[in-house]
Amino acid sequence: MASPSLMDTLFQRTLDDIIKGLRHQQAGESAFISKVVEEIRREIKSTDLHTKSIALQKLTYLNSIYFIDMSWAAFHAIECISSPNFSHKKVGYLAISMSFNESTSVILLITNQLRKDLKSNNEFEVSLALDCLSRIGTADLCRDLTPEVFTLLSSSKVFVRKKAIGVVLRVFGKYPDAVRVCFKRLVECLDGTDPQIVSAVVGVFCELASKDPRSYLPLAPEFYRILVDSRNNWVLIKVLKIFAKLAPLEPRLAKRVVEPICEHMRRTGAKSLMFECIRTVVTSFTDYESAVKLSVAKIRDFLVDDDPNLKYLGLHALSIIAPNHLWAVLENKEVVIKSLSDDDPNVKLESLRLVVAMVSESNVVEICRVLVNYSLKSDPEFCNEILGSILSKCCQNVYEIIVDFDWYVSLLGEMSRIPHCQKGEEIENQLIDIGMRVKDVRPELVRVGRDLLIDPALLGNSFLHRILSAAAWVCGEYVEFSRKPVELVEALLQPRTSLLPPSIRTVYIQSAFKILIFCLHSYLLQRENIADDMASEMLGLKSQGECSGSSALVAGKAPARQEQDEGFNPRDSNKSYEDLSIINEGDVSALLEKGFTHESIVNLLNLIELALGPLSGSPDVEVQERSKNVLGFVDLIKQEISNGFVSERASKIIDMVHDAFTEELGPVSVNAQEKVPIPDGLMLKESLADLDAICGNVQLPSSISFSMGSPFGESVGASVSIPQSKEESEPSSESTSLLAEHRKRHGLYYLPSEKNETLANDYPPANDPKSSDNTNDDAQDLVKLADKSLLPKRRSNHAKPRPVVVKLDEGDVVPFIAKKSDTRDDLLSDAVRDILLGVEKPDLGNPSSRRSKHRSHGKEKSRKSPEKKNSDEIGDGEKEKQKSRHRHGRHKTKQRAEGPLNVAAQTPVIPDFLL
Amino acid sequence: MIHFVLLISRQGKVRLTKWYSPYSQKERTKVIRELSGVILSRGPKLCNFVEWRGYKVVYKRYASLYFCMCIDQDDNELEVLEIIHHYVEILDRYFGSVCELDLIFNFHKAYYILDELLIAGELQESSKKTVARLIAAQDSLVESAKEQASSISNIIAQATK
Repeated sequence: MASPSLMDTLFQRTLDDIIKGLRHQQAGESAFISKVVEEIRREIKSTDLHTKSIALQKLTYLNSIYFIDMSWAAFHAIECISSPNFSHKKVGYLAISMSFNESTSVILLITNQLRKDLKSNNEFEVSLALDCLSRIGTADLCRDLTPEVFTLLSSSKVFVRKKAIGVVLRVFGKYPDAVRVCFKRLVECLDGTDPQIVSAVVGVFCELASKDPRSYLPLAPEFYRILVDSRNNWVLIKVLKIFAKLAPLEPRLAKRVVEPICEHMRRTGAKSLMFECIRTVVTSFTDYESAVKLSVAKIRDFLVDDDPNLKYLGLHALSIIAPNHLWAVLENKEVVIKSLSDDDPNVKLESLRLVVAMVSESNVVEICRVLVNYSLKSDPEFCNEILGSILSKCCQNVYEIIVDFDWYVSLLGEMSRIPHCQKGEEIENQLIDIGMRVKDVRPELVRVGRDLLIDPALLGNSFLHRILSAAAWVCGEYVEFSRKPVELVEALLQPRTSLLPPSIRTVYIQSAFKILIFCLHSYLLQRENIADDMASEMLGLKSQGECSGSSALVAGKAPARQEQDEGFNPRDSNKSYEDLSIINEGDVSALLEKGFTHESIVNLLNLIELALGPLSGSPDVEVQERSKNVLGFVDLIKQEISNGFVSERASKIIDMVHDAFTEELGPVSVNAQEKVPIPDGLMLKESLADLDAICGNVQLPSSISFSMGSPFGESVGASVSIPQSKEESEPSSESTSLLAEHRKRHGLYYLPSEKNETLANDYPPANDPKSSDNTNDDAQDLVKLADKSLLPKRRSNHAKPRPVVVKLDEGDVVPFIAKKSDTRDDLLSDAVRDILLGVEKPDLGNPSSRRSKHRSHGKEKSRKSPEKKNSDEIGDGEKEKQKSRHRHGRHKTKQRAEGPLNVAAQTPVIPDFLL
Repeated sequence: MIHFVLLISRQGKVRLTKWYSPYSQKERTKVIRELSGVILSRGPKLCNFVEWRGYKVVYKRYASLYFCMCIDQDDNELEVLEIIHHYVEILDRYFGSVCELDLIFNFHKAYYILDELLIAGELQESSKKTVARLIAAQDSLVESAKEQASSISNIIAQATK
């Protein structure tokens, strides 16, 4: 490439030419651009700054509109700003502020040029440099240029001064030590008479205070003066924002400020200021009844306004105030509900939030009905918003607001059938969660699950697959409540299940297996009863026992277990006689329907064999393995029960498996896994590594398989091997045959697919005492916790008492993740405090004695001082700061000494000159 | 604070972008694509605010151009609408009933005017007159500098170097 000649300079295309050229290009835009960039690359090397700057300008244009990379031209931009020619400078600065960032290497080279321009006599050059610094300032740049910015803060030219004030924000953010130099002058600007300066400086304080309001409390008197005196709406809005941050920290300040704010609200005609007043009141002054009333009245004006902006903002303000003053929402109920059908999705969303906020225990049924009906009529996106908010509201605090779980479960079923429903995962989690937590709802849950499973149309909708998998699990797990188990098996094995992903098919197969076991077991019971020549009443009674948990037969065989079972069946023990009789009747009729004959059992076995036969060749490992297991079992049983005779061996096997499946699953705490000690000699990581090697080529089912544990996190994970050893020591360890063998064979797959259902079955339920070994004290504690936290029945005056919802003391709450405080902010606020205390010193009546008094306080003492207890957040904030202080080696010692002192000295400072 | 300012035409063409918070080139393209999808599809009678990634985007349509500004959750939406209107009025005054073409051909001037209005994402000048005066003063500086540079003697000096 030749260096640019005079011809290039003379016939260089200007920016206008490029733009015109681009506008005439119809198709070949990118070709044209690359041609132009080629030219620019040549021109920009020119020694003539004029040519260079035009090339740079063109490149800047292409970068800003077409996002052409211009980082390569960084050095040329620096060359342009060093030109004495103002127009070149301007082009150069524009290019720099568009393209430079922290990682631009040549940024080091502009420090001197910026300094030169900041000191320039030409105010416009100064302004260019300030604009640039405000955009690209790095820590180094800000540090090096702090003195210049400081000088400019007292410039005689308002134009320069206000820009310097704006730049200070960036400088403080990047280089907190600049506070020590500039802050005092910044505060002085607050007193200025020039409205532009005040506006700029209030803007800076508003930004600073939003990060760490506490440090700026001592400036409250200045802000108060502006709030009362200023008539400039821009400034007032910013000051209000500052007070919204300060007021919660200092109740006396709030008391003082609330009246002027109300005054503005009454007086102003500007909607923006009005809204800011409203927002300030509803966020920070919720304790002041009259102010809240006034702002709710103003919100009402907004709500009925034709302007969609005001309507939206009114709803938004309502949603801010809803948690503290729900009456404000209820008062505007009609507008809110009407807004649900607004054209604007934002307005709809806001009003949906409000409607959901109004939901309470007493009206949840009605509101949910309205919302579900509404979701049927709305577009898919909003429909899912509605469903999502119903789901999240209802499961709040472990289904706090739900009294009638039967209703809620059938609502979940109904929601699944809404055509646009995409909340499969959430519904899945809740179905399983409720199944495990609320015993009384299980019959209804099975009914809902059956209805979902039996409908072949639902299988085609991939959004519903997760729900179906939950339904299948529920039906398998709680099959004893089903009227027609055979029907369930038919549903689970219907041909259209081929539409399901393998991970869910495995759940289907396993559930079918559980139901089969249940049927066989019932059949055996029935036979025994007949053999014993029992009366038909007796039969009813016995099966009642069976239906409510563990069978009488099993109980007889394992008396030790029976005790525990009873202890753990609140449903049995709490039941009144009336309930019993009702259930009795129900069960008798259920039994009649269940009545298995030899023929029906053989039919069932044949059905399963027929349906699962093709699956034994499935390419998916899980599906294949499980169907093969079931098939193997069916084969075995078939041989044993031929000719209506059931061999001893078969009935033993069936009993065994049935025992395994009737084990109760309980909710597991999120922290459960941490509490399980890893036994000696168990190398969890090692075995996983082996697994990788083995499964390298095999496509394992992804973790979506079946997330029965998902509300509780991954708690099931790595502790698999513990229950193994435990279960072997159970009373029924006589035959380790089926399950153990199964586990042995599939042990490989238990680890990776840890959310797997089979795994979950193997895992000892958290609230089952027999699972807790002596070696496992922690787990035992957990069991106790779970026990204790069983909710007592509330509101017995309800027509239907709220069923017991199993709650865990821990783990139902998402673990709180402490927000990491930004270290820079921290440094900044420390610096600000130092300065402010210094600044305010002369204002104080007798500052030195006050300070020394506090200094004499020990660290411990001043932290405990009563003022500090005003609000909890302060304490937390301080602690957090204290913590992060320790992270800073350099500032550590100094800040540690100052921290408590500042806090103590600050709090009593305010009343002296404000109140 | 204002995180960025975007001018998008009704056809989805970008006319001006100004970033006050750090966004990489990749993020910038993504932001623009996302937002123009959301904003351009909104009907005329809807409100001027869009919630987006934990921020709010305030936009207003003037003729064929959408002016968008992205602000924090707790910033005042109405105030930002006023800032947008303020900017448009200044542009209008400067170009004399401004149209999209003015901004296309004078993209750098649109930037300079914006720089007089906002600094570090904050409003710095609320007087239209002052902004107009400042811009005019800078323009004359640029003009005189240009004249000097493109004078014949300068070109000859270049050529004979």
